[in-house]
Amino acid sequence: MKRLIYELTESFRIAFAQIRANKLRSVLTALGVIIGIVAVTLMGTAIRGIDTGFNNSLAMLGDDVLYVQKWPWGGVEDWWNYANRPPIRPEDADKLNHIIEQTANSLLEVAVPVSTRGNSVKAGENKVSGVFTIGTTADYGRLISADFSEGRLFNDTEAAGGRSVCVLGFDVAEALFQNRSSIEQIVMIGGHPFTVIGVVAKQGSFLGLFSFDNQAILPLEAFRKYFSVRRGAEIRVKITDKTRVADAREELTGAMRRVRAQLPGERDNFNINEQGAFKAQLDPIKQGIALAGLFITGLSLFVGAIGIMNITFVSVKERTKEIGTRKALGARRRTILLQFLIEAVSICLIGGFVGLGLTYGLVLAVGVAFPAIPVEFSLNLVFISMAVSIATGIVSGFAPAWGASRLDPVVALRYE
Amino acid sequence: MIPSQAPAVSRLTRTSGPLVIDIAGVTKLYEMGEETIHALRGVSVQIHRNEYLAIMGPSGSGKSTLMNMLGCLDTPTAGRYEFNGKNVASMIDDELADIRNREIGFVFQTFNLLPRSTALANVELPLIYAGYAPAERRVRAIRALENVGLGSRLHHKPNELSGGQRQRVAIARALVNSPSIILADEPTGNLDSKTGVEIMALFEQLYEQGHTLIVVTHEEDIARHARRIVRLRDGLIESDSSVY
Repeated sequence: MKRLIYELTESFRIAFAQIRANKLRSVLTALGVIIGIVAVTLMGTAIRGIDTGFNNSLAMLGDDVLYVQKWPWGGVEDWWNYANRPPIRPEDADKLNHIIEQTANSLLEVAVPVSTRGNSVKAGENKVSGVFTIGTTADYGRLISADFSEGRLFNDTEAAGGRSVCVLGFDVAEALFQNRSSIEQIVMIGGHPFTVIGVVAKQGSFLGLFSFDNQAILPLEAFRKYFSVRRGAEIRVKITDKTRVADAREELTGAMRRVRAQLPGERDNFNINEQGAFKAQLDPIKQGIALAGLFITGLSLFVGAIGIMNITFVSVKERTKEIGTRKALGARRRTILLQFLIEAVSICLIGGFVGLGLTYGLVLAVGVAFPAIPVEFSLNLVFISMAVSIATGIVSGFAPAWGASRLDPVVALRYE
Repeated sequence: MIPSQAPAVSRLTRTSGPLVIDIAGVTKLYEMGEETIHALRGVSVQIHRNEYLAIMGPSGSGKSTLMNMLGCLDTPTAGRYEFNGKNVASMIDDELADIRNREIGFVFQTFNLLPRSTALANVELPLIYAGYAPAERRVRAIRALENVGLGSRLHHKPNELSGGQRQRVAIARALVNSPSIILADEPTGNLDSKTGVEIMALFEQLYEQGHTLIVVTHEEDIARHARRIVRLRDGLIESDSSVY
């Protein structure tokens, strides 16, 4: 055991002396590994980033909210079967809430009607176009997880009275009022004046496509007064236990069929959408991206490994006589094998460290330059890339090192 | 045993020390393509502690093969080889490596020092393979280098040393593990004659200290330093005589 430790120490000493003695060669060889490790770790951060992005986006939808809508998420091919469905009406939410109240131990907590449309929002000279305008009830506050950066949501009285008040998304408020407070300011939404009573804190965007901060929330009655609800609405239903989504979904289907007075045997003329289904659709895409990405970047690491193998073969060839001498002095096969393995691993480890450093720098730079791109550098990544470096060194160094350990000392000593 | 091929070995051998090497009827065959080469055709030699022996012979005589055999770098095709009573002929690679490490000190014609390591590190190498702790390695290596007169060159690298000094480092390396025999292959072959004489003087000194020396050479001048000369020809021992 002791002997092994001394041999290992000696091997590391020799390996680093060897790398110092052949600087250019070692740097070029390590470069292959560096590029490989940078590619793989960058891909790793990107995948993690995408994953986090997906999860954050899905969290915005809420993992405890079911969406009653006319259309399913993700698109359909037989659109004609859906087009003739009756629209979802805001009044359906009241009926649903009525049913929920009457049901003992209901898995549903509250149904909230949500009507939407795009509007421009103006305040004085400033104007924001394409703001996602939502008409809803005071119960909307129970659905969203976001905090308010200032003010509050409208209350039941304001909602029922159809008061002209509104809550703005963070970006809208910032664009209109910059650093000033938005509270009690008058904004023109679709040409109608509303008093700002709250601003939702910054939430980010959904999969980078749809910004939750570019919205305005109005009482449903006010929305109805100025804008049409004929196009229909959706009903968001908060559930009490997110571990029982399927049961809640079933209960909601039954309740909704009662609201719609559908006959038994008739197909549902509405859809219940949820985050989980969305996730199920996205996951294979996400995994596909991850697999393809890792495979392609893995190829560059493979090329680096071939470089290591090549240089280790060269090193064994060059030092055949030294191997003979070492064997004459009592080096066992294991000793020689370890020595060349450690040389290969050392170059890979150096490449791994440099590559990791580069990745870290790149991730920081990307984070500063493009905050919207979700990248994430983790301690796991450090361990994984070190493990990958070591594995690369062992795999690529093994064949030449094995050959060296098997050399006949007589032949090796005579080699010039 | 093939007595006719090992003429009067025991009679001529100084038998003062215990037996270290006992080779009897050793043959070695090499396959060279279609041809089979009989490098050794039945060689018997006994070497005792504190002998000073020269192995001579023209090229192709089997001299190198015998040396490789004695140095446990190679095993015989047939015959008996016992080293300190241990049967070497049937040992596997790693066992041979341990014998080489502990029992044999090699001195090569081309010195075979590690070019990027200091004299001290070169001499420490066999001790690493023997499993000595760093502190003890250092003490022993310094002592060995002092013994060959290089106490002031511990941290020089081979390219900072003269040929004679390099060979002294190699000799210190051969001695450091207190081996049973020192096996020198043309130790003065790469040295000028003056330096060669110095190295042979060092060998003489080691012999006086009680070491067992085997020198393989083709130079009569070098062989004359030994107390016993074994001459090989065509894979057989031609003569084995003591010189005083």
